[in-house]
Amino acid sequence: MSDNTKPIKNVVIRFAGDSGDGMQLMGDRFTATTAMVGNDLGTFPDYPAEIRAPAGSLAGVSAFQIQFSSQDIFTPGDRVDVLVVMNPAALKMHIQDLRPGGTLIANKSNFQKKNLKLAGYETDPLTDDSLNDFMVLDVEITELVTKALEDMKLPLKTVERTKNMFALGLTFWMYGRPMEPTIKWLNMKFKKRPELVEANVRALKAGNHFGDISEVFSSSYTVAPAPLAKGTYRNITGNYALGLGLLTASEKSGLPLFFGGYPITPASEILNQLSLYRNFGIRTFQAEDEIASIGASIGAAFAGSLAVTASSGPGIALKSEAMGLAVITELPLVIINIQRAGPSTGLPTKTEQADLFQALFGRNSESPIPVISAISPSDCYYTAYEACRVALKYMTPIIVLSDAYLASGSEPWLLPNLSDLEKIEVKFTESNGETFKPYLRDEMTLARPWAIPGTPGLEHRIGGLEKEDGSGNVSYDPENHQKMIELREAKVAGITREIDPTELYGEPIGDLLILGWGSTYGSIRTAVKRLQDEGKSVSHAHVRWVNPLPADLGEIVLKYQKILVPELNRGQFLKLIRAEYLVDAKGMNVVRGKPIRSYRIEEVANEMLESGR
Amino acid sequence: MSQERGQKLARQDFISNQDVRWCPGCGDYSILAQTQKSLPDLGIPRENFVFISGIGCSSRFPYYMNTYGFHTIHGRAPTLASGVKLARPDLSVWVVTGDGDSLSIGGNHFIHVLRRNIDLNIVLFNNRIYGLTKGQYSPTSELGKVTKSTPFGSLDTPFNPPAVALGAQATFVARSIDRYPSHLQKMLGRAHGHKGASFLEVYQNCLIFNDGAFRLLTEKETKGDHVLELENGKPMIFGKEKNKGIRLNGFKPEVVTLDGDYSTDDLLIHNETDKNIADVLTNFTYDSEFPTPIGVLFVAKMSTYEDRLDEQIKTAKEQLGEGNLEALIRGADTWEVE
Repeated sequence: MSDNTKPIKNVVIRFAGDSGDGMQLMGDRFTATTAMVGNDLGTFPDYPAEIRAPAGSLAGVSAFQIQFSSQDIFTPGDRVDVLVVMNPAALKMHIQDLRPGGTLIANKSNFQKKNLKLAGYETDPLTDDSLNDFMVLDVEITELVTKALEDMKLPLKTVERTKNMFALGLTFWMYGRPMEPTIKWLNMKFKKRPELVEANVRALKAGNHFGDISEVFSSSYTVAPAPLAKGTYRNITGNYALGLGLLTASEKSGLPLFFGGYPITPASEILNQLSLYRNFGIRTFQAEDEIASIGASIGAAFAGSLAVTASSGPGIALKSEAMGLAVITELPLVIINIQRAGPSTGLPTKTEQADLFQALFGRNSESPIPVISAISPSDCYYTAYEACRVALKYMTPIIVLSDAYLASGSEPWLLPNLSDLEKIEVKFTESNGETFKPYLRDEMTLARPWAIPGTPGLEHRIGGLEKEDGSGNVSYDPENHQKMIELREAKVAGITREIDPTELYGEPIGDLLILGWGSTYGSIRTAVKRLQDEGKSVSHAHVRWVNPLPADLGEIVLKYQKILVPELNRGQFLKLIRAEYLVDAKGMNVVRGKPIRSYRIEEVANEMLESGR
Repeated sequence: MSQERGQKLARQDFISNQDVRWCPGCGDYSILAQTQKSLPDLGIPRENFVFISGIGCSSRFPYYMNTYGFHTIHGRAPTLASGVKLARPDLSVWVVTGDGDSLSIGGNHFIHVLRRNIDLNIVLFNNRIYGLTKGQYSPTSELGKVTKSTPFGSLDTPFNPPAVALGAQATFVARSIDRYPSHLQKMLGRAHGHKGASFLEVYQNCLIFNDGAFRLLTEKETKGDHVLELENGKPMIFGKEKNKGIRLNGFKPEVVTLDGDYSTDDLLIHNETDKNIADVLTNFTYDSEFPTPIGVLFVAKMSTYEDRLDEQIKTAKEQLGEGNLEALIRGADTWEVE
């Protein structure tokens, strides 16, 4: 390692290459190592919907971004400091995010005529001065790994596949990361193929030594460990955290978990993950379609399971009739929507928050369903748990909103102490000898009793027809219908008592409140932190519960001169806030299929602060 | 469960306190009565029965049964029933559906629940019409059917429900008729007795919108010559005078008269477990020149979905040990912050 190392606070690296180049794997390895050296971090994989688009094409570019820091950070970062590209297509797709003065590492071996043409370059950007704003380091990675593996007599394809390890080794050198964890991991992964272990380790080391001896880099950097709270950490993605949250709720409630699913990007991982946990007694059911997956889940809820279904926007649209059934039968059911960019099939692997209105209003008639949103990858764990707890306590379907960004993004997670989680108490009703009334309600929560088949003396019928208050018999009475609609509404509204007071980051009175919900948390917090550092009167409030809204939010929004609502849609939460509190909030509405960029929030906030002074 | 041994349930125990609202004379009344009469003989505590329906006239059925019941959404009853059964395999779960409910809007669920072989009893009331929406043609209506939505005649070929079921790998396929109470009771019992997805088609008369859809099978003068009552291991004989039978001429079935040229020895013997025979029988539709078979067309032994699921869970627990949540949450790569 070079003696010339400089300390640095914060770095954003993006790896980009062909879908087959192993960019996600490279990202994973860099992340695991970075976690171990104690930096705070955030990651964001960005991959195409096509599984393997033609090599070298723009459609086939897959990328992985990581931000790591010696400080507390909230996002994978927006402006890239170091961009690693394996071919011209990757350069074309990602160069616009590299900050001026940033470092570009390019695999020069792949910048031949054919690949340049595929990416739409007339001339080689590595030599035509178009990249003068950046520090360009072109490396003949393919040639260098071929040389390093020369005596192994491996097939050309195998040799080429080690390119990512070379690039990984080089970035490890740049930031003084140890190679040992990756070497250990390679030994495990290719246990039965020692020649692959050898080849990949050699490539990794070759990349590392290249950094040391090439003298292209004047120095390497160190990023000191971040001052995170004490405890045991792991790195976790949003979807994985959701799965663990559901499992925890099952264990804490003592209810068996039933999960009805149907494959859809980006929610499939939840089905895949839970299907692994047969030894936890989890019943996963891959149904014939989205409708069947929620239907089976409602059936399991009726029969006394903790029932969950998950999908993405288009699948949720298909489920919506059944969601109405869960509303009128008042059964506990967790419905997870990993939002993606739409409409219709839209951009299946990209992120958006535009299913908020679908969650709130996307059913026929008055069908209130509580809606809770996750604010970060690790928060998905607590969101899933909270959703299960409230669904069971209030006997209601509930919607969990996450999105593609949280689903595959990752961050360090301080492991939870299971005994600290709020209790989930479930009591199935038993017969007291009298005629059973399935729609008698708990006085406080307005929840109806949960009487499961197999319980003697409680035989009863439920269904989609309007029910008579109390008895649950079918009723066409106009007064009863009015009453039942109001009761279902009041039950959901009452969930405000479960919501903690809104946490304000900043002063409780001020010039500007930036108000967000869901996955924009990290970007907003980063922006607000910087604005406050500049001495501006800006505060951040973030909402997890979208329905009902926190009871104190109406008071809070009145305490600021201006309100900005950034979200990844055309102003859905904004409309809700304006309608609910009659305040003149402004929207910042970005629908690029990517997380909102914090520096853009800063810019908009500054414009608002400056105007009307 | 609570049911004491020896204290046998009666038909009365299965009648709910709700007024039945089908049109007077509707075939559904008979199916309800035969079900209520059959259940006490099954030896199952009342609280362990669950009746699940979709939407349509037939789907009001659960409200009239004093058991657990769920009136769900159009076409989706098999999905909810699957969830109930997978969550609680100990329950006796019944799906009550109609020709529009299960073969039109719910067609996808119908075929998939059969192929999975979840242990449900699916009773399809086939009246070849949409009744609750007041008389549109259904997926089992005959080609050219004149109804409110097809004033110039329907344009599509009807489904053949048992053939659909067999094609979907059903392990139990049977048929009965609303006007054959004792036969219907027997078939309900057989459907219940089969472990796996049981499909029972019941021809049911809609007095208002499709009266007499199965007249040939229900009227005294014609039914003898038009109904073939199947009995396992017995030759296929029918006819008012019991003088007709079904013979296979090569692969081709034909109706023969037992008049000297042919004797019962020439006739096809019914074998419930022979899928080839079932294929032949399913093509004897009401609209064909053959008599309509009633009884068990086909039955096969096969493990159920829920048994396979339980087996996986058991095996996973044996091989990996009971799931440990704390260990799972920790995962493989953790680090300490001091």
